[in-house]
Amino acid sequence: MGVGIKTRSGSGRVATARLSAQPGGPRSQWAAAFLAALPIVPRGVAARWRRAAAAPGEGEGRSAGVRRRRRAGGAMLRTSLRQVSAALKDGRVTPTELCQRCLALIKTTKFLNAYITVAEETALKQAEESEKRYKRGQPLGILDGIPIAVKDNFNTAGIETTCASNMLKGYISPYNATVVQKLLDQGAVLLGKTNLDEFAMGSGSTDGVFGPVRNPWSYSKQYKDKSVPKSHSEDEESNWVITGGSSGGSAAAVSSFTCFAALGSDTGGSTRNPAAHCGVVGLKPTYGLISRHGLIPLVNSMDVPGILTRCVDDAAVLLGSLAGHDPKDSTTIQDDFKPFEIPNLTDFSKLSIGIPKEYHAPGLSSEILALWSKAADLFKNAGAKVVEVSLPHTRYSIVCYHVLCTAEVASNMARFDGLEYGHRSDMKDSTESMYAATRREGFNDVVRGRILSGNYFLLKQNYEKYFVKAQKVRRLIANDFVKVFRSGVDILLTPTTLSDAALYTEFIQEDNRTRSAQDDILTQAANMAGLPAINVPTALSERGLPVGLQFIGRSFQEKQLLTVAKWFEKQVQFPVIQLEEVKRHDSGVFQHKKSASFS
Amino acid sequence: MAAAVAMAARGCGGVWRRARQRGAGQPGPGPGPFPRGQRAVACNARGGAVPAGKSGLVPWVPVVGLEIHAQISSNSKLFSGSQVQFAAPPNSLVSFFDASLPGTLPVLNRRCVEAAVMTGLALNCSINKKSLFDRKHYFYADLPAGYQITQQRVPIAVNGSLSYSLCIDNKMSQMVTKTVRIKQIQLEQDSGKSLHDDTRSQTLVDLNRAGVGLMEVVMEPDMCCGEEAAAAVRELQLILQTLGSSQAVMAEGQLRVDANVSVHHPGEPYGVRTEVKNINSIRFLAKAIDYEIQRQIEELENGGTILNETRAFDSKLGCTVPMRDKEGKQDYRFMPEPNLPPLILYDAKSLPANMNHQQVINIDWIHERLPDLPSVKRKKLVEQYGILPEHSFTLLNEDGLAEFFESVVKQTQMKPKKVIGWILKDLLSYLKQHSLTVKESPVSSFLLADLLNLLEKKEISSPAAKQVFMELWKGEGKTPLEIVKEQKLGLLQDQKELEQICQAVIDGQENEVMAIKAGNQKVLNKLIGLVQKKTEGRSNPVLVKQLLEKKLSE
Repeated sequence: MGVGIKTRSGSGRVATARLSAQPGGPRSQWAAAFLAALPIVPRGVAARWRRAAAAPGEGEGRSAGVRRRRRAGGAMLRTSLRQVSAALKDGRVTPTELCQRCLALIKTTKFLNAYITVAEETALKQAEESEKRYKRGQPLGILDGIPIAVKDNFNTAGIETTCASNMLKGYISPYNATVVQKLLDQGAVLLGKTNLDEFAMGSGSTDGVFGPVRNPWSYSKQYKDKSVPKSHSEDEESNWVITGGSSGGSAAAVSSFTCFAALGSDTGGSTRNPAAHCGVVGLKPTYGLISRHGLIPLVNSMDVPGILTRCVDDAAVLLGSLAGHDPKDSTTIQDDFKPFEIPNLTDFSKLSIGIPKEYHAPGLSSEILALWSKAADLFKNAGAKVVEVSLPHTRYSIVCYHVLCTAEVASNMARFDGLEYGHRSDMKDSTESMYAATRREGFNDVVRGRILSGNYFLLKQNYEKYFVKAQKVRRLIANDFVKVFRSGVDILLTPTTLSDAALYTEFIQEDNRTRSAQDDILTQAANMAGLPAINVPTALSERGLPVGLQFIGRSFQEKQLLTVAKWFEKQVQFPVIQLEEVKRHDSGVFQHKKSASFS
Repeated sequence: MAAAVAMAARGCGGVWRRARQRGAGQPGPGPGPFPRGQRAVACNARGGAVPAGKSGLVPWVPVVGLEIHAQISSNSKLFSGSQVQFAAPPNSLVSFFDASLPGTLPVLNRRCVEAAVMTGLALNCSINKKSLFDRKHYFYADLPAGYQITQQRVPIAVNGSLSYSLCIDNKMSQMVTKTVRIKQIQLEQDSGKSLHDDTRSQTLVDLNRAGVGLMEVVMEPDMCCGEEAAAAVRELQLILQTLGSSQAVMAEGQLRVDANVSVHHPGEPYGVRTEVKNINSIRFLAKAIDYEIQRQIEELENGGTILNETRAFDSKLGCTVPMRDKEGKQDYRFMPEPNLPPLILYDAKSLPANMNHQQVINIDWIHERLPDLPSVKRKKLVEQYGILPEHSFTLLNEDGLAEFFESVVKQTQMKPKKVIGWILKDLLSYLKQHSLTVKESPVSSFLLADLLNLLEKKEISSPAAKQVFMELWKGEGKTPLEIVKEQKLGLLQDQKELEQICQAVIDGQENEVMAIKAGNQKVLNKLIGLVQKKTEGRSNPVLVKQLLEKKLSE
């Protein structure tokens, strides 16, 4: 089997794009009206909500020559996928130019550690091909020439796929995951592979072998204005917050404008959680709607490829290009999926929003609670029915997830024995000792710990007591949702996270298991039930960090879910991140073990 | 087969007695698998301490169950598109899934499901309309994923039965029919092959076989000796080959049989069982089981205990030896296979309307199209051609022989009852002598029919026909008639010439003629023989007899 060694070529010469703060646009009309309608709002939150920024691409001045093009390009990076696609179509920017700008920005934001591998050469080649198609007037569609990033647990032919693990460092897959192939077939430009927790096991993107991902908002004007520095240099190094995870690299990449959309994976919240912390849209589609073929599994029965974008419309675009039956994945549904454009939500009389009371979980921050109730009122005021509902088994979700997850992990990880691919230990005493050493060297403590507990739960004498019981509980959790939806509720509205992003230094005080259990609490039930769910960035916290709310829909009712999410997105006018000091951070202030490698 | 048959003669009554009885006048099993010298010592030693009645006469009941892995005959593997082919270059038939590359998923092969349904129906099983796949975990170099996908909880077919026949007392004429219950048939993946290179202390892995579809047929412990097990497996093999669901060639590993063996006293619970593996022919299966039964009886009679262990059959030594068990007391940590939804099958009733027929498997549809099974074929042969039942077994036991027989019958005027003699005594024994299959026979059914027609028309004598057959066997492309002409094997059609020869014989054998005339008719045969000799076998013995009698009475 071909386990090749990747040769790293020198980085190409690419024009450097600069991120500069854009002047804030006109204040949203909605924000004012909304605040007027809702008098009882905690002060901090109100302040954030008022900080509505310019819609992407708005408020841009014109200047001449190179400077104009640069600025146009720079601003271009902050637009939505649909907008930049229109720009490509109109010839306002070329795919190569766009790709080069993204690659340059990846370099200047290298300190974020969002990317594990940057596929510079292949990306430029893909952009070139795209450019030819545009010149011929035959682009492949809306994704043609759009720079995207893919979480490093999706197989990419010819580009290293590591799962942020020593086990797969240097592993080059001979095939593309179905979702990757679909993106490439539609002309997308694959910039690189994004960072994650090892084998997607974690909720911080802090536990990968290539080091933690830094949340771009740590370097935003919004966050800095709020944080009180002790001493300048110390503050810089210890004041950064995590992205959440495990798709933290993808969330950071979208959030920092290095790509227009990214693929994540979502098993217990791994797309929605970092989306919430990084202020981007994170969609977990219904289980079975998008192929998992080529996604290196965490929990096969819950894994779903996730979509990270700047706005809900873009998520619908990606969903439309990825969804549908895959003969290579028997768990995808046979029915054809019809891509859709999200309609405007006008008739609220038939809309019923459920507020599950169990999501008022211990540890839920007061500002998120307030945001949540404000959002509920927003729907109520628009004319929708807002009802409190109960999902009584949600509280067993964590422990249930723990058993099911570790059991599947133990099984899925059995293939990493050093024989066919991946790391192989030098230990040669016996086949068994080689297995043991390979797995000890290849996996981190988190992975090994889950393998150990999973195997324990699957032992003959424990199987009924743990695994079968957990499956039954899972069924109860799923049935809770069925009952609620049957009662007439269309969409559930919940917080995505308990609080805004933690400081890295604080986050690592607790172990991975504790963190995952805490952080998945609001997201994982949707995975248990296979339901579609989406994080919509809603506001900035008192610390100037993003906070998101989650909408959970009925199975395969993505259109309804996204319609509601889009309306909500439009109401809240989440501010654009202001990364004014990107350049300074790039000048070598920070030392990192490893960040992006260029291939 | 001699040893096994001898054992069967004793054992198939259902009750085995201690081997010591053999000393009391019964013939031993010949160069069989039993270490007779050793046991004799043991028996004698023990015989002194234990009352003779107990040690010698308390009967033992052996119990034999079988687990049979039949490789499904299909173009591609159970869950991947790789080809299935025996003896291809190592690792040339390996897909990404077969090598367990991360992110790959299983996709069930429709053909394998159909093969299992066919087999289940042929074995009178009820087919589960919903069956499930499970993962069975263990680390082994030729199991790339670290688990095998199998059907542990709900297999595709359950509760069937298989009827098989075997002869008693080694006489083909005394056949009994028995039935073994089929517990279940499950679909599962085959593993790869590990080749251990001891000199270089390396293990080489060939994944060509990894992921090939298997049907595991589990037979209940309804058998009691090697001969029964062998007959059951042979019948299963014929059924699989008739269905085409497996080529079932044991030598190529397409049919692998593991035997579970235990012994107990009548009325007592079953004894501890051992599993005997590494059996690669039906002949060895009988040997291995009979050896194991005998070994367990001796072990127990000598005050020992039977361990629940896996033993390997050593075909060279003819005995079973404890196996260093790769699985040991392993916990397989079974888990539902999450990447395969339940396998749903339909019948005419449950088949939903508007369902794409490519997407569904209809059990009834498969049932209607099952070919004639061996038991039915045998019955038809017996009824249609008036041959003996045991001949029908022999005809089906050789691949293609029944078809050969039928083809000859169609092309000749000779009665089928006479044809069968040529098929079994001449053709089959020649094939066996030369280790050829029916297909490889140098004598085609067409040539044999030609020859039999010459015989039937009395153009040649029976001995001459045998001579022609030998010539045909050389495969030189001559027709029987050409051979008859070339070698002058045709019967003397000239009556006068024959009469002259008869007269010459009579004239030269005065003593014999005297004896015949005195009433000793037996001597006539001598004269017939002499005529035959003079005519080099080209005379019709019936005609010669008539001529001689006529002349002698003149």
